Amino acid sequence: MNTVLLGMAILVLGAFLVVRLARLEGRVLSLAAPLAFGATLILLWEVLVVGFAVPMALMPAPSAVAARMAMSSHLLAQDFAQTFLKAVLAGYAIGCGAGFAMALLVDRVPFLRRGLLPIGNLVAALPVVGIAPIMVMWFGFDWQSKAAVVVAMTFFPMLVNTVAGLAAAGSLERDLMRSFAANHRQTLLKLRLPAALPFIFTALKINAPLALIGAIVAEFFGSPTTGMGFRIATEAAKLALDMVWAEIIVAALAGSAFYGLVVLIERAATFWHPSIRS
Amino acid sequence: MRDSAALPVAVVSLGIAALWYLAAIGLNWQVVADMQTRAGATPDFGAMITLTLSHSRPLLPAPHQIIEELWRSTMTLPITSRRSLVHHAWITLSAALVGFGMGSALGVLLAVAIVHVRALERSLMPWIIASQAVPVLALAPIVIVALGALGMTDLLPKAIISAYLCFFPVTIGMVKGLSAPDALSRDLLRTYSATPAQIFWRLRVPTSLPYLFAGLKVAVAAAVVGAIVAELPTGAQAGLGARLLAGSYFGQTIQIWSALFAAAIVSASLVGALSLAERLVVRRMGARA
Amino acid sequence: MLAIDARGLSLVFTTRDGPVQALSDIHLTVAPGEFISLIGPSGCGKTSLLRVIADLESPTGGTLRVNGATPEDARLRRDYGYVFQAPALLPWRSIEANVMLPLEIMGMAKAERRDRAQRQLALVNLADFARKFPWQLSGGMQQRASIARALAFDPQLLLMDEPFGALDEIVRDHLNEQLLTLWGKTRKTVMFVTHSIPEAVFLSTRIVVMSPRPGRIHDIIDCDLGADRPLEIRETPEFLRIAQRVREGLRAGHSYER
Repeated sequence: MNTVLLGMAILVLGAFLVVRLARLEGRVLSLAAPLAFGATLILLWEVLVVGFAVPMALMPAPSAVAARMAMSSHLLAQDFAQTFLKAVLAGYAIGCGAGFAMALLVDRVPFLRRGLLPIGNLVAALPVVGIAPIMVMWFGFDWQSKAAVVVAMTFFPMLVNTVAGLAAAGSLERDLMRSFAANHRQTLLKLRLPAALPFIFTALKINAPLALIGAIVAEFFGSPTTGMGFRIATEAAKLALDMVWAEIIVAALAGSAFYGLVVLIERAATFWHPSIRS
Repeated sequence: MRDSAALPVAVVSLGIAALWYLAAIGLNWQVVADMQTRAGATPDFGAMITLTLSHSRPLLPAPHQIIEELWRSTMTLPITSRRSLVHHAWITLSAALVGFGMGSALGVLLAVAIVHVRALERSLMPWIIASQAVPVLALAPIVIVALGALGMTDLLPKAIISAYLCFFPVTIGMVKGLSAPDALSRDLLRTYSATPAQIFWRLRVPTSLPYLFAGLKVAVAAAVVGAIVAELPTGAQAGLGARLLAGSYFGQTIQIWSALFAAAIVSASLVGALSLAERLVVRRMGARA
Repeated sequence: MLAIDARGLSLVFTTRDGPVQALSDIHLTVAPGEFISLIGPSGCGKTSLLRVIADLESPTGGTLRVNGATPEDARLRRDYGYVFQAPALLPWRSIEANVMLPLEIMGMAKAERRDRAQRQLALVNLADFARKFPWQLSGGMQQRASIARALAFDPQLLLMDEPFGALDEIVRDHLNEQLLTLWGKTRKTVMFVTHSIPEAVFLSTRIVVMSPRPGRIHDIIDCDLGADRPLEIRETPEFLRIAQRVREGLRAGHSYER
């Protein structure tokens, strides 16, 4: 009973706080409302789990997860290195690079573009993550097969968006380059690629979380005894959910940091775009 | 525009098929060659090609092998059979559809709430966007285990995972769509003394339809992926994800590829169905097809 | 040598609704140093004529010589500068970098590019805004920057397609004065497309009145108001007489009933 009352009190207080804070303006102050919301949720979670003595196998308390993170930090770091630093980064770089290169190639041959684009759109909607077992067969159990899955997942969004971006430069600007007697390479480098950057960054932003999920899920299909996906699967089977949540928090933080980095680079590179200017 | 895309797509598809065959020959060569040497046989070049394209455990199956396997496991077996791909596809599809329904409904409701209640927009939106940073599919094992402990098995945990993956694109799309009517249109309705409900149903909803459909298409693809991945952690016995897993455990590459193709066909059909629905709805509203 | 020599020029577009004759049997000769306005209602072919001269469109009949060469050679030789209806400044480049763009493409050395760009910007009174970005400038200033860019090559021929159409009247008057001063100083040949009768009469040495369907030249009017023209000249009887003649030409060549 006490737990229920406490829980309700937190809920009411939290809601009140959130509504009040929602009126704040400004880049830093506008974070107040979502932070209050998150804090309320975590507090509520802790109170309910402890108060109702929910078993660890069902839902660990935030404090338990925090304790686990501190205790197993070495293991978490190892898993992070295996999955993120190796599979995700390598796969992301190769996948996005290949998609970009393919788009440049396809740009030169309009027939190829008209044929490849619908297929690219189709493949982007498919459960590409399913090729993980095949990649394991080709590249072995280690991080390379996971990187291969990430390459497959990031290739098509990058291809489709870059092609769209290369078509974005207006006809007026293209006539302008023609009036300057610019050749294809000059028009590409000085007009079409800069104009394509907003689209390219859209793909880079979509691909960042995709790469992380791809690498983790690929590990569900089999991995050497390290890696975030591997750890999540095995610890979940052991019902050690505090470790699972610890890994997920690390993954979420890594994913957010990665995404945030791409956004920062986007702000610098496309400072001129109306969406960034405003 | 549609007619002009048909020929290039056909040509590119044929090109991809040709490249696939070449790759299959190349990748399977070594394995077949070793097998032949061990058997003491020395087949000529032509025979080798045929062997690489008809190996039972190839590194890369040839397209016709996959199609044969697809045909065999869908058409020649009764649908209720445990080995029928249709049976497995249905298991995955049903979970995906339930999840899609739940997730989309939640997404639409959230979007409507966010657009009308300022406090919700301020406090909720950042978390909704951040929720995508959490590798949702990594949560799959937790959800399965936790719900399993509560007595929920089979379809519902998978549907919940699919729903989680679905709600984000639908929410974001609908929020964008419901906020899309420009100031001019909203002012116009205000001069008619329209109530918020009238503005909602007569202006916001019609304007948001293209955005809704775009979000739904992304969501349905995500729902299928969610259902497949949800079948992995607990070693499920049925479903396309289970088939993928079984194939990888037993080295049955053709089985893996046919399950993959089946998943692709399921995804593509769902997205196609939505595109069709979109075209019908949009045409009724007067847009050019 | 004539700046522009067009004989029997024609241009036919094939559209979904059938062929459209954008230009039909155009005869026009332009001597160096002239300021020619092309005026007419929509669809009379004035922009098409400019684009054909610029080699942005290929004629389907007749001959055209620009500075004694084919339009393509003239373009590759960078004989002209083109100013579009919209400034078309690249938003990721500063104003100075925008003006330097054609020079980069030409392969000019960096120091010389900078020098040229600064001179052109001074000519259009934008020297203080060299480091700013296009979106930080008003519409009129952006158009001036686009003119500076067109002059970067120092071409003998300037092709301008309704450059001031999107601006309000006060800014337009101001820019008309500036353009006239510029022309007076540099003595370039200018082909100027416009919708506005006062603008055409104020700026030109000759006015070409065109009419649509098919696009053709209806009348060519001499406009010798003297080299030094203040804005007040627009109220003189001489000015009004020429404007009246232009208006009649426009009305005759274009009927709203059709």
